[in-house]
Amino acid sequence: MAKSQLKASIIIWGAEMSDLGCTIAGIETINPFWLASAPPTDKQYNVERAFAAGWGGVVWKTLGEDPPVVNVTSRYGVHKDMARGILGMNNIELISDRPLEVNLREIEQVRKNYPDRVIIGSMMAPVEEELWKELAIKIANSGVHGIELNLGCPHGMCERGMGSAIGQVPELVQNTTRWVREAVDIPVFTKLTPNTTDILLPAEAALAGGADAVALINTVNSVIGVDLDQMAPKPVLDGKGTHGGYCGSAVKPIALHMVAEIARNAATKDLDISAIGGITTWRDAAEFIALGANALQVCTAAMLYGFRIIEDLNDGLSDFMDEKGYRNISDFRGMAVPNTVNWNDLNMNYDLKAKIDQQTCIECGRCHIACEDTSHQAILMQVQADGSRKFSVIDDECVGCNLCQMVCPVPECITMEPVDNALPYVTWPDHPKNTMKSAE
Amino acid sequence: MDKQPIDNTKESRLSAQQITRNFDDLHPPLNAQQAGMEASRCLFCYDAPCVIACPTAIDIPKFIRQIATGNDVGAARTILSANIMGGTCARACPTEILCEQKCVLAKGEDHPINISALQRHAVDPVIAAASSHLFARKPETGKTIAIIGAGPAGLSCAHALAVLGHDVQVFEAREKPGGLNEYGLAAYKMVNDFAAREVEFVLGIGGISIEYNKALGRDVFLEQLQEKVDAVFIGIGLGNANSLDITGESLNGVQDALQFIADLRQAKDKSALEIGQQVIVIGGGNTAIDAAIQAKRLGANSVTLVYRRGLAQMGATAWEQDLAKTNGVVLLEWSKPLKIQGKTKVQSMVFERTKLENGKLLATGDEFVLPADQVLVAIGQSLENQILGDLKTKYGKIKVGDDGQTNICGVFAGGDCIASGEDLTVQAVQDGKIAAKGIHNYLGGGNV
Ligand SMILES: Cc1cc2nc3c(=O)[nH]c(=O)nc-3n(C[C@H](O)[C@H](O)[C@H](O)COP(=O)(O)OP(=O)(O)OC[C@H]3O[C@@H](n4cnc5c(N)ncnc54)[C@H](O)[C@@H]3O)c2cc1C
Ligand SMILES: Cc1cc2nc3c(=O)[nH]c(=O)nc-3n(C[C@H](O)[C@H](O)[C@H](O)COP(=O)(O)O)c2cc1C
Ligand code: SF4
Ligand code: SF4
Ligand code: SF4
Repeated sequence: MAKSQLKASIIIWGAEMSDLGCTIAGIETINPFWLASAPPTDKQYNVERAFAAGWGGVVWKTLGEDPPVVNVTSRYGVHKDMARGILGMNNIELISDRPLEVNLREIEQVRKNYPDRVIIGSMMAPVEEELWKELAIKIANSGVHGIELNLGCPHGMCERGMGSAIGQVPELVQNTTRWVREAVDIPVFTKLTPNTTDILLPAEAALAGGADAVALINTVNSVIGVDLDQMAPKPVLDGKGTHGGYCGSAVKPIALHMVAEIARNAATKDLDISAIGGITTWRDAAEFIALGANALQVCTAAMLYGFRIIEDLNDGLSDFMDEKGYRNISDFRGMAVPNTVNWNDLNMNYDLKAKIDQQTCIECGRCHIACEDTSHQAILMQVQADGSRKFSVIDDECVGCNLCQMVCPVPECITMEPVDNALPYVTWPDHPKNTMKSAE
Repeated sequence: MDKQPIDNTKESRLSAQQITRNFDDLHPPLNAQQAGMEASRCLFCYDAPCVIACPTAIDIPKFIRQIATGNDVGAARTILSANIMGGTCARACPTEILCEQKCVLAKGEDHPINISALQRHAVDPVIAAASSHLFARKPETGKTIAIIGAGPAGLSCAHALAVLGHDVQVFEAREKPGGLNEYGLAAYKMVNDFAAREVEFVLGIGGISIEYNKALGRDVFLEQLQEKVDAVFIGIGLGNANSLDITGESLNGVQDALQFIADLRQAKDKSALEIGQQVIVIGGGNTAIDAAIQAKRLGANSVTLVYRRGLAQMGATAWEQDLAKTNGVVLLEWSKPLKIQGKTKVQSMVFERTKLENGKLLATGDEFVLPADQVLVAIGQSLENQILGDLKTKYGKIKVGDDGQTNICGVFAGGDCIASGEDLTVQAVQDGKIAAKGIHNYLGGGNV
């Protein structure tokens, strides 16, 4: 490894941090941040660097029976914004392409070197009870804290009847989970695929199979882009491409939804959740915890910036907790769950109006054209005598949709102000305009 | 040099409001939008060149990322744990020769990240709220360290030692703390009472007491101190202003530029300060530039900065030279002062043109006269040798080892009074940190 040129930095003092320690599936971790099963957790070298950087745990890159799979080259594709920001990436990699024994010996070694950190063994096998059980036992014997079933890989492995091919069939989710549950006495995590219409079906199946926790989401099936010269999907391998697994910031909203559904569903609400999907900043982490996650996993953000992002994840989460007065993670875990409701439980009488702060408005016109062309024609543009333009909201037309606030480039320039209409909380089922309303 | 009165022709004076405007923040703080956009430009480089170029090695990519993720307090902690005077440094560092010069975007986009502005954005709210709880003191060690001089070097050392659990007694010759942060940095860099507020923040850690009007060699003595305390740190800066040693230097209107700046910094009402109509500043360093710009901003009709070598040899950076030019200062190079003329009061100055030949500065015999009613001398400061006793010096500065220890066991030194690097605030802070580490180790606390 190349040595940093940095002179030994002399930082003499540390600051106090809130307690980030927490427990998931009965496993204690010094902080909620684990690296998800993927290249960052592929081998001892990476994992020890991650632990040295401060990560609380890792889910080792998914292990299969020997002989190991063979990967192609050209493995990732990217989805960027118009600057250089990466919104998401996809990959067409398979599971670990190193011999099982090598992986297991390395796991044993890292467990010795870092006794206070968590290692979960991720695994996948064809749908045969014996194969799942044999592999689970081998992995458990390496000293891992738990086993994670990879039922989510949406490319390559699914063509061999594994990964999402299992995760999309609740019965198979239940069976594989049960097999592992029966084979080992350490906690079992079932990792779910988002490539399904109702996440509750596989989640409930995992619970029925005896999972201690669910981990979600795995990657989202995707074509990341098309090379218009080669006329092939990216990443292009010798003129051809295939669909891959999408991850990174862009998938966070999908993951948040699925985590919330499991956390508020009566049957699964007590299931521990290891939340994954686009976690990049401490704020993302806090959001998942607020929606019921017990702990978190990160892959893409670490791949894009390196393991050092753990510093801001830890530090930022701790500062947030200090500011709010939460002493530990469980103090605010799930606090947003009761407020996550069905559309039919929302207050139809709640009213918001956009308000433009004329002092900070830079007259770009984005709010106006967004509302004028595509929403409710509620922002008036008036050209003034001096040629400047004044933008103001027509309250009677504004439906409070937030579009103008979203497009406005100036922070806090457009605010959404609640209207104090003194009307009661009325949901759609009780609403006077609801013709389907059950007659009382 | 005593301060001498100058005639001010009242009509040409600037209005008080204009002067207030002239001494407003040179670089106003970023608003939230600017900070967010600038932070999002940073590439979060690995082993970042900007960090290597910072004498205090602030983890710049980390604090900028913390700003980008909305963790401003964390950003402040990252900065201040490497540089407790991150607030002053954000205002005063010549970033054009430090972090920003090395920012990879200076290469990539011809537009480096505005690191100092982001640094200020993170630190200012913490200083405003005096949130000293950002740092916690280690359990008390029962050891006491004496620090001479409450400038950036002394205060940085004091803070680090206090965090490590030691007791710190500071002896300061002047009546206020802060050293040149309080008396020397340009007024438009250090607006309002920032220097004082920053010191208050630094002292907020606890365990540090300061005695004012106590000078080494006058009120306190090294040998006595060594008997009473466990270690001593000397951060006295450079007290002596060098003089020109030419005739006319004692005429009214001839003044040491540092004194001129100190008076300006301490003035309650800058419009009441005396300023000449035709001002000459002698020197080529930052002090000369600062004095010239501030003279202009106070309302001098013309300010001519005269330097005996060329612009390229000036200590002042190109950016500072440009700032002087945009402020209307005339930079006159290759001219050396011969004498100052006048009856009781300065009226003009005689110079001789110089040239460089085979690396040697030569006088050409070509003389010229410039009219002047005020002359500010800024040709450097030097160490007050007479108070140093047995301390060894090298090239006119106190000699120290890698851990900041002088030739006298248990006596450490740092800042402008040692030869550690450039005479900059940020270097003084780093020196104080290194010495604190050295002292802790010396006292048996081990390596930190
Ligand atoms: C006019 C001017 C402008 C400058 N501008 C910049 C700038 O823009 N950016 C930048 O980075 N640097 C600038 N510098 C340099 C910077 O101010 C110094 O490098 C820095 O202040 C050095 O810190 P210090 O603690 O070593 O010394 P000082 O700041 O000089 O502090 C020394 C302290 O010790 C006290 N002291 C002195 N003698 C004794 C004694 N015998 N007993 C007790 N106490 C004593 C002094 O009163 C003072 O408080 C400037 C310097 C000058 C002169
Ligand atoms: C290159 C790559 C390889 C991956 N390999 C695996 C794998 O072997 N097993 C697995 O369970 N998930 C795998 N994943 C999915 C991640 O563990 C994670 O669930 C997903 O990327 C979403 O999290 P993120 O948005 O933080 O990246 C992989 C992801 C990437 C980008
Ligand atoms: S990241 Fe490393 S392995 Fe991948 S293409 Fe670049 S150099 Fe090769
Ligand atoms: S989008 Fe914002 S800045 Fe632009 S015109 Fe509308 S209110 Fe003003
Ligand atoms: S070199 Fe520039 S872009 Fe890179 S980390 Fe430093 S400030 Fe950011």
